[in-house]
Amino acid sequence: MAEHGVLTPVAPPPVPGSLRRRRLLGLALLVAVLVVCCLASIAVGAKAIPLEGVWHALVNPTGTEDDIVVRSLRIPRTVVGLLAGAALGLAGALIQGHTRNPLADPGLLGINNGAALFVVTGIYAFGVTTLVGYVWFAFAGALVASVAVFVLGSVGRGGPTPVTLALAGAAVSALLAALTSSVILIDVQSLDAYRFWAVGSIAGRDTAVVGQVQWFLLAGLLIGLVGAPALNALALGDDVARSLGHSVLRTRVFGIVAITLLAGSATAACGPIAFVGLVVPHVVRAVTGPDYRWLLPASALAGATLLLAADVIGRVVVRPGELQVGIVLALVGGPFFVWLVRRRKMVAV
Amino acid sequence: MAVLDKSSPPRPAAARVAGRPAVRIGPFSVVWRPRTVLVLGIGLAVLVLAMALNIGRGDFPISVGEVLSVLAGGGDAGQRFIVMDLRLPRSLTGLLVGAALAVAGAITQSIARNPLASPDMIGFTAGASAAAVAVIVLGGGAVEFLGAAGLPVAALVGGLLSAFAIYGLAWRRGVHGFRLVLVGIGVNVTLTAVVHWLLVVAGITEAARAYVWLNGSLNGRGWDHVVPVAIALAVLVPAALLLAHVLGGLQFGDDTARGLGIPVDRSRTALLVVAVGLASVATASAGPIAFVALVAPQISQRLVGSARPPIAVSLVVGAALTVVADLIARTAFGATELPVGIVTAVLGAPYLLFLIARYGREARG
Repeated sequence: MAEHGVLTPVAPPPVPGSLRRRRLLGLALLVAVLVVCCLASIAVGAKAIPLEGVWHALVNPTGTEDDIVVRSLRIPRTVVGLLAGAALGLAGALIQGHTRNPLADPGLLGINNGAALFVVTGIYAFGVTTLVGYVWFAFAGALVASVAVFVLGSVGRGGPTPVTLALAGAAVSALLAALTSSVILIDVQSLDAYRFWAVGSIAGRDTAVVGQVQWFLLAGLLIGLVGAPALNALALGDDVARSLGHSVLRTRVFGIVAITLLAGSATAACGPIAFVGLVVPHVVRAVTGPDYRWLLPASALAGATLLLAADVIGRVVVRPGELQVGIVLALVGGPFFVWLVRRRKMVAV
Repeated sequence: MAVLDKSSPPRPAAARVAGRPAVRIGPFSVVWRPRTVLVLGIGLAVLVLAMALNIGRGDFPISVGEVLSVLAGGGDAGQRFIVMDLRLPRSLTGLLVGAALAVAGAITQSIARNPLASPDMIGFTAGASAAAVAVIVLGGGAVEFLGAAGLPVAALVGGLLSAFAIYGLAWRRGVHGFRLVLVGIGVNVTLTAVVHWLLVVAGITEAARAYVWLNGSLNGRGWDHVVPVAIALAVLVPAALLLAHVLGGLQFGDDTARGLGIPVDRSRTALLVVAVGLASVATASAGPIAFVALVAPQISQRLVGSARPPIAVSLVVGAALTVVADLIARTAFGATELPVGIVTAVLGAPYLLFLIARYGREARG
């Protein structure tokens, strides 16, 4: 190829220095805030632990009361929040890219409603009542729902287009929600267990929960991040991407797989958490611009930061009780989203 | 059955419409579309049949013929009591609520130019849910002033408040359809979180009651539920039909519509007020019945083959869908009566999926 001198790849135009600086600065700031949030998540709670105590428990624990609280409760909870937040942020950026729809969020694939139906079935038919027990039901439900949406959204001869995916997602979600409701209305005990799962929370999640979902999460992170260059091409439209040598179908299938793994395991671990996937990519895009090689990792970091920050807020505001992280996110995130929409034109994907 | 102003521009389907006769009354003209009339006729027939069946079935069965004769003034005293006082108001509530939701959905979907933009998706009814669940769960105390007025009034106030909040927040030198949807999603998420929180702090009995309401139920609805929805429909549906010709122009986008002489902001505000009024009153009467507002306009659009959801056909289809769903919800599972909203979703969702599959093929030709 190169010897004919015709198709020699041309070096991409250099990224302007200011944009590069902004991206690096933004990323550094994000990492710093994330570290602060992690420390706060370990220190703040029903029993406040000073930073020296946190350090003591992390580095050389001696079995004091603080050490036990930190190592058996706070750290697993923080890890779950970190992983789930990163997964939801990344999944949101991926689905907005793949559907070229700034309103898309992972719930569009029916993941939350699929997980909810399977969890309710688990409670009702199999008597499952533990958080660890919910995980597999939720994950299976998320998987089944997203496969159903993807297949149904692809049956038209045009294959999976953003519009058919959105409509199929809405239809499948409504159907699953109706089935969930009928189980709950028949059995009050199911409702009692379900309503606490349905708010979305990372309280009480221990290492067993992390252990069950971690490999799916990591696989999803990897598949999602690797697809960034192809997603950049896809943003130019299917035809242009094809002419640049990308397989549109393969890119989309891998994208949906990554979204399902990420959002499915996050939902399995925490219950349905709205809003991280929707709002994070919008905020991040304002700093990084539309390049998915920056947007995807930054969305993962920002998602983790947002989730942990919201969880810490939830532990403080209604002492001695706690507000579940899903509720905090919606109560804080909803108005923030409205403000964002009002403030400027939404950046098109 | 599009209502066209004489001065309004040719519609996208103008080439096909050209040969059709127009019915002119004063400044308005209606294009004679046989397919629309046919669909309307079949829809009405299905609706009447479903109503008669729904009224007839139950612990004390009455045949369709007897139901019709009671409605016409005949029948014995027992039948009259069961039909007129017990079953007719419930069925009528279903009919009117379904019609109101469908018309509201047709309007919002046309304005946002998005098939997913039904009133419940963009938050217009979330306030109703939050207010109703607050009354059920918290009872007196903080929400006493709402509770005293009764659940429907509380839901109505909540729905209208959330709709006006969305409209106000989306206003920035005019209301853009896309911004309205985005703001609606934000408000919807926030209010849904409030509902979830209320369900968690509630006792299990109140939570179960709230859950039934949240699924949309026609159980125990009487004449006092029929009257408000009937009044709202009588006022708002003619307004919607008169304003509908604007929707055709809005389909081209704001700039083109303005260029065609349509007062974009004024018409859109008026149409949204109509949609909000219909959706709020309907939700107040029967709870947020799922999916009717989303699916009835989409079904109607495809049955008629029009460029956007047709209002009159949506009205009939929405009413028929809700009444049929209520019939199934009441009678299909023996003694267990499901909330009607579950059945509307179970009926509507597969049909929408079927339409998507067919639509995909049609689009490729």
